[in-house]
Amino acid sequence: MPNNSDYKGYKGQALETLQKFNALVWSDVEISTADGDFKGLILPRSETADEFHIVLKIPVGYNIGIAAKRIQSINILGRKEAHYKIPEKEFPYDPKKPRVKLLGTGGTIASRLDYRTGAVIPAFSPGELYGSVPELADYCNLETEKLYGEFSENIGPKHWKGVAEAIGKEIEKGVQGIVIGHGTDIMHHTAAALSFMVQNPPVPIVMVGSQRSSDRPSSDAALNLIHSVKTASESDIAEVMVCMFGPTSDMYALLHRGTRVRKMHSSYRSTFRTIGDIPIATVSREKITPIRNDYKRRRKDKDVIINPVFEEKVSIVYYYPNMQPDIIDSLVDNGYRGIVIAGTGLGHVNKPMYPALKRAKEKNVAVYMTVQTLWGYVQMYVYDTGRDMMELGVIPAANMLPEVAYVKLGWALGQTDDPEKVKEIMLTPIAGEITEREPSNGYLIYQGGLPEVEDFIRQFRK
Amino acid sequence: MKEFIFKPFGEMTEADYQTVGFKSGLEIHQQLLTDKKLFCRCPAGIYSDNYDAEILRHMRPTLSELGVYDGTALMEFKTKKEIIYRINRNTVCTYEMDDTPPFLINEDALDIALGIGMLYNCKLVDELHIARKQYLDGSIPTGFQRTAIYAVDGWIPYKDRKVKIVQMSIEEDSCREVADYNHNRIYLTDRLGMPLIETVTGPDMRTPQEVAEVGWICAKLVRSTHKVRRGIGAARQDVNVSVEGGTRVEIKGVPKIGMIPLLTHNEAMRQWNLLRLREELKRRGITPETFKAKDFDITSLIKKPHYIPLKNAVESKLKIRCVVLKGFKDLLRWQTQTDTYFSKEISDRVRVIACLTTIPNIIHSDSRTDTITSSDWLKVKKHVEATDNDTLIIVWANDDDIQTAVNEIIIRSKEATIGIPSETRQALSDGTNGFERILPGADRMYPDTDLPPKKIAEDRIDKIKSGLPEQFWKRKAWYKELKIPPDTIDELSISKYAELFKKAVSEWKINPVTAAVILVQYPKRLSKSSYVIDSINEEMMLSILKAYADGKLTYDFILTAMKISTELGMFVEEIIPEPISENDLEKEILFAEQQMAKLKFIKDKNAGSIIMGILMNKLRGRISAKDIAQKLNLPQRSLKNAK
Ligand SMILES: [Zn+2]
Repeated sequence: MPNNSDYKGYKGQALETLQKFNALVWSDVEISTADGDFKGLILPRSETADEFHIVLKIPVGYNIGIAAKRIQSINILGRKEAHYKIPEKEFPYDPKKPRVKLLGTGGTIASRLDYRTGAVIPAFSPGELYGSVPELADYCNLETEKLYGEFSENIGPKHWKGVAEAIGKEIEKGVQGIVIGHGTDIMHHTAAALSFMVQNPPVPIVMVGSQRSSDRPSSDAALNLIHSVKTASESDIAEVMVCMFGPTSDMYALLHRGTRVRKMHSSYRSTFRTIGDIPIATVSREKITPIRNDYKRRRKDKDVIINPVFEEKVSIVYYYPNMQPDIIDSLVDNGYRGIVIAGTGLGHVNKPMYPALKRAKEKNVAVYMTVQTLWGYVQMYVYDTGRDMMELGVIPAANMLPEVAYVKLGWALGQTDDPEKVKEIMLTPIAGEITEREPSNGYLIYQGGLPEVEDFIRQFRK
Repeated sequence: MKEFIFKPFGEMTEADYQTVGFKSGLEIHQQLLTDKKLFCRCPAGIYSDNYDAEILRHMRPTLSELGVYDGTALMEFKTKKEIIYRINRNTVCTYEMDDTPPFLINEDALDIALGIGMLYNCKLVDELHIARKQYLDGSIPTGFQRTAIYAVDGWIPYKDRKVKIVQMSIEEDSCREVADYNHNRIYLTDRLGMPLIETVTGPDMRTPQEVAEVGWICAKLVRSTHKVRRGIGAARQDVNVSVEGGTRVEIKGVPKIGMIPLLTHNEAMRQWNLLRLREELKRRGITPETFKAKDFDITSLIKKPHYIPLKNAVESKLKIRCVVLKGFKDLLRWQTQTDTYFSKEISDRVRVIACLTTIPNIIHSDSRTDTITSSDWLKVKKHVEATDNDTLIIVWANDDDIQTAVNEIIIRSKEATIGIPSETRQALSDGTNGFERILPGADRMYPDTDLPPKKIAEDRIDKIKSGLPEQFWKRKAWYKELKIPPDTIDELSISKYAELFKKAVSEWKINPVTAAVILVQYPKRLSKSSYVIDSINEEMMLSILKAYADGKLTYDFILTAMKISTELGMFVEEIIPEPISENDLEKEILFAEQQMAKLKFIKDKNAGSIIMGILMNKLRGRISAKDIAQKLNLPQRSLKNAK
C-alpha cells in the first residue's frame, strides 16, 4: 500500500486522483482525458502549488499541468525516478598545494532542485564541488565541512558563534586558508560577526556565496568559488573578507573588508559594495591585486583569538518622520539591552523621542547612533538636536554601518554589562568598522544618465 | 539500403522523395505583437545596433531536472567562448543583462498565444509550467530560455489530410548575433526577451514543396489574428529533415519560407549520401569497431611551406598536427550536398568546436587543389607511416585548441561509420547547410524555480475564443461558394476586414464580390495613388459599407469617400454629396448633350459611354451610374466605362 510520501507534494483532488489509479510520483504514464491523451512522467508537486493539478513531464522535456478533474484514467507504463546528483569526483591531492577548508552554512553555491518547495537547495561535498568546478584543484587541496544547511535569512548568532569556533579549530589544525559558503542576504552581518569573534587570524577567511544558483549556466557560483579559493590559497591578506563579483560581467571579484561591506541590490550579481572606504583587493582567476596596503598580513603562527559571545536582546531602529516614542519604550519594556538607531542625516531623531531615550538610558539600555545614509559619519555635535541627544546618553558610533553596529553591540554586551566597558569596546576599532578618515574616493555613487558616466560605462565592461 | 543516386533539385519527383523516405517537420518561431517583453517591462520591437555598454559571460553546463548533462551543453563548454553582450539602455533592463528575477508573465502575450493555439485546433494545458531550456551558445545571457508548453496535439488541414501540430510553447526571444570569430562571440540584446511562440508540426511532409506549403498555411493562420509581428526576423522556421535510415537533423533559423524547398532537398541529399558513405566504408571493412585513426605532431616537419595558411601558421608558431584516417582514401571528396563534400563536415566541426574560424582550417590528401607540395605530402606520409589507402588531414592551431581540433576530426570521421550525427545545422544562402551544434535533447530542460505554475482559467479561454478570427481555411471555402475572385480570396481570408466582410454580406446583404473588392482591392488602389492608408481602420470601413448598404452612399463614390476619410482620419456622413434633384438632373443632361453636339467624329456606338463619362465626372456621389443610365435609356454595358 503506497503511503503519502509516494505522492510527493500532492493533496486534495489531485492526490485522490493519483491514488485512485495507483499512479505514484515518477510513474511513466498515459493519461486519458475527454480531450485526448497525454504521455509523460508524473513529477512531484511543489507544496505551495494548488490541489487541482497533476504535473507531467512530457517526452520533449517540458512540464505541463493537467487538471485532475479532467482525468478519466491513468495507465501506468513504468517508472523512472530522477536521481538529481551532481557528478562526484574525488578531489585530487597535490602535496605542493596549500590546504584550504571550505565551511558550509548554506546558500546557493552548489544547488540542486527541491521538489517539495519548488526551490533550489544546496548540495555540497569536495567531490561534488570538484565534479562541477574542477578548476578548484588548480589552487589547493580542498577539504569541506558542512556546518549548517540554512538559507541566509535563517542564520543568526548561534551560527555565528559556531562558525567562529570552527574557524578557530581549523587554524589550530594548520589550514592555510578558510572559505565560508554563505547565503548572500545577510552575508555582511555574518562577516561583521566573524570580524569581531575571530580576531587576529593568521590566514585569509573568505566569505562567498552566489547571486545566481548554480543550476543556471550563467551562475556566478563557480567563478565566486574559484575567486574565493584562490584568495584563501594564495593571498597574504589575513582578514575576514567577502569575495563577490566586482562588475556584473564574469571578470573579477572584489575582496571587501568584513566590517565595511554591504549587500546593496536585491538581486544584482555585483551587489556587494564596500561602503565609506575602498575594497582591499581585486581577484581574478589569474591574480590577486591589492588596491590598498593597510591590510593585516598572513602569518605562520596560530595566535588567533576566538571570542564567540553575543547578547541577543539588541535591536536596530530605523528612524522615520513622526516615529512615536513608544517604539523605544516597548523595546526597553521588553528587556532589550542595546539599541542601534539608524538616524537621519548626521544622526538625528525628532524631539518627541527624547523622553523615551532618556528613560532607556536610566534603565541602563545602551543606545548608539548610526546613519541611514550609510555613507559618512555620525556627527551629533553639529546641531543642537544632536547635542541634546548626546546629553540624553545616545552615543555616536562614528562611521560604523548600522548592521555592523548592531552586530558589534550584541558582541560587546555579550562580554559585559558595564556601560563604560561596552562603550570602550564599541568605539575602539577592531577590524576597520570605524575608520579615522573617509577617503575622497570612498563615496562614489555614479549618477546614471550623465554623459561622463555613460562614457565611462561604455569603456569598461559592466 | 536502396540503390538510388540523388538528382539535382527540380529533377527529383515525388516518387523519388518517396524512394529515399523523405520526412520533414517544422518548428515555427513567431514573435507576438505586444508592447512589452515577456518577463520584464522593457519595450518590445525596438531594434538598434547602438549600444551603451558591454557585458562578458562564460557559460557552464548544469544538470537537467532528471540529473543528467545535455550533449549540446558539453559541446558548447568545450568551445570555451568569451561571450560579449551589447546593451542599449532603452531596450534592456537588469532582467536581461544580469538575470535579476523575472516579473510575472506578460498576460497580453499569453492571451495571443492561447488564441493561436485554439486556431491550431490544439488542446490547451490547464496549468502552465515555465521551464528553463539551456542554451550554452550564449544566445541568451542567462544560459537558458524561459519557455512553457501551453498547447498540444492540434492539426491543420493540408491537401486531403491533416498535418499534426505536436506542441506549442510561449517563450522569450534570443539575442541577435553580431559576430563569431575564434573564441569570441558578440550579441545584441534588443530582441532578447520579446514574446515568441514556437509551433512544432509532426514530421508529416513528404516532399520539400510540401514543407513550404505547410509553412505558408501556418504563416497565414497566425497572420489572420493580426496580433503577430511582421517583417525581417519576426518569423523564423527550423526545419527537421530525415530520410529512411537517417537521423532527425534540424536546419535552424530559416528566415524565408521560400528557401525551404532547396534547403530540405539538400539536407535529404546530404543524409542519403552520408548513408551511402557508410555503405562504402562497410564495403572497405571500416565499421565503428574497426575504425582506426592516429595523430602526429608534424610541427617540426613542415619547415617552409608556400601554402599561405600553413605559412602563416608556421610564422605564428602554431602547432601542426596530422590525423591519419586508415582506409579513407578519397572519401573526403565524397559528395554530400551540391558542390559540397565530406571534408566540409570535418572542417565545420573544427570551426565550431575548436573555434578555428579562419577557413581553410584543415587540408587533406584527397584534395585536388594545391596545398602543400607533393614532396611535403610524401614527407608527412612517411613520417606518419600512412599507406596509399589512407587519408591524411593536417590541422594547425595554438596549444589550447589543437587537441580539441584533432579530437573533433577523429570523432566526426568515426561518426561516418555510424551514419548521420544528430545535429543542428545552419541554413546557408546557397541552399546548402553547415554544422551549427549537436542536436540538444530533452536533457536540457529544468523547471523555472523563480516562477510559480500558472493556472489557465476556463473563463479566460472563453473570453479569448470569443475574439478569435474564424480559421482562414473555413473562410476560403465560403468565399469560393460566394464566387469571390480567386486573387482576392487568399487575402480576404486573412484580412483584418474578414469579419466585417461576413457582416456586410450576411447581415447587410451587400453583394459579396462588391464587398470583397471594396475591402481588399480599394485600400491597395489608394496606397498605389500614394495615400497613406495607415489610418484606414475597421471602424472607418464599417461605416462606409454601412452607409452604402443603407443607400446613403452610391457605389461610385466609395473610393472617393475612402480617400476623403483617409485624409480626415475618419468617415463622416457629411462628406456624402447631396443627391441631385430630378430637375437639376434634366438640366445636367441637357448641358451634356449640348457639349456632345460640339464634339465631332463621334461614332454612334460610343455616344452612350461618352455622355455617361461627362455626367459621372460631374455628378459622382450624387446619383448612381445606374440611375443615370436608366434616365438616358442606355443599355447596362455603358456603365463599365463610367466607373
Ligand atoms: Zn527588460
